Amino acid sequence: MALVEMTGVEKSFGTNRVLDNISLRVEAGEIIAIIGRSGSGKSTLLRCVNGLEPIQAGRIVVDGTIVNDPKTDLRRLRQKVGIVFQGYNLFPHLSVARNITLAPMVAKGMPEQQALQIAREVLRRVGLEDKLDAYPDELSGGQQQRVAIARSLAMQPALMLFDEITSALDPELTGEVLKVLEDMARSGMTMLLVTHEMGFARRFGSRVVFMHGGRIHEEGPAANTLALPKTRELETFLAAVLH
Amino acid sequence: MIRQFAWIDVMFLVAALRWTLALSAVAFAGGALIGAAVAVLRFSRLAPVRFAGAAYTQLVQGMPLLVWIFGLYFGLAIFGFPVGPWTAASCALSVYASAYLGEIWRGALLAIPRTQWEAGASLGLGQFSQLRYVIVPQALRVATPPTVGFLVQLIKDTSLASTIGFVELTREGQTTTAATFQPFTVYMTVAVLYFLMCFPLTQLSRRLERRLHGAR
Repeated sequence: MALVEMTGVEKSFGTNRVLDNISLRVEAGEIIAIIGRSGSGKSTLLRCVNGLEPIQAGRIVVDGTIVNDPKTDLRRLRQKVGIVFQGYNLFPHLSVARNITLAPMVAKGMPEQQALQIAREVLRRVGLEDKLDAYPDELSGGQQQRVAIARSLAMQPALMLFDEITSALDPELTGEVLKVLEDMARSGMTMLLVTHEMGFARRFGSRVVFMHGGRIHEEGPAANTLALPKTRELETFLAAVLH
Repeated sequence: MIRQFAWIDVMFLVAALRWTLALSAVAFAGGALIGAAVAVLRFSRLAPVRFAGAAYTQLVQGMPLLVWIFGLYFGLAIFGFPVGPWTAASCALSVYASAYLGEIWRGALLAIPRTQWEAGASLGLGQFSQLRYVIVPQALRVATPPTVGFLVQLIKDTSLASTIGFVELTREGQTTTAATFQPFTVYMTVAVLYFLMCFPLTQLSRRLERRLHGAR
């Protein structure tokens, strides 16, 4: 069974249709790069997967849970689905350690010592073990984003969503965040990324999904699709992104 | 019998000041309790609950405090529930404070970006946990200066309780004036006493603001 299964998903903001009949299956271990220009609905698509955005029609099933069922306990679902945002969204009033241990302790009822143990572990994975006691505003953008990734990893998710996580970073900081993503890719994490990093998509993506006007316009194996786009729209888009 | 304003009168005024402080404390505590509830109501997912919170705030803010005091003191007695000046004044001031504190705190909660709620929700925290661990601690920093500012206002507004014969600082001043016929001296003393209560609070508010910024 697929880890994520979207069928005929429709989503509108008022009269503006943002997602139009989206169907997408993601198997465990796959890395899906969602690309497309601004306003094509790619971020919205991602945010529907963990129920941050309600949908008007269709069905989203994640790991056997129907996301758009009003009876679904979204809290339980979100413990299994991590998301990292473009703006990091760390909790500015909490230390790095507290940022990471908060959800395991509060949502999972984990004892503090065990949560701290996990915090050290995930910080090591993103290369920031020495920042345990730092506050978010003492860190660079790239470091903050890596802490945000560590915070999600601490929940031991089955699926990770990334919403343009390097778009606010300069090339050098982008590099350090991408390295973390590469490590995660190698460890077999299932990932859905909205991204403009075509290099990463080509090398690590299992598939590329090209969004255009709220629809999945083209979709296929990553390297192939990026090298030989079938539709005119993807070709134009790639030409623009790759200069 | 007219006598001179003397040290003993200052002592009486200071003694009455205790009741001003007591009334302020009770009104602030009551107002904080109801106000916090009202602020949270206005974030409810249910529209009627949000409306109830907004209606309460508008209703209370749209009426003079003095009318609330009179209404509770004289009004309830007519329906067979006689209440004393202390009860009437502390209830009226609590209700009055709750409408303003509720609004201040609602604003403080609104000042925290929506993305902070989202980050909490995405980690599997429930709405209450999001409020408790993520939103409220940040909102407190935003809310502290206006809250203390309102407390200063509230201390001064307790003087209205004098109108129903509750003996606090202003009422004691009236009594003293009647006995000494030295309104200027008496009310200057009263004013200085109010100032001595309020000034440290505004200073505290500034200090708190700085300290909370320092600690993030």
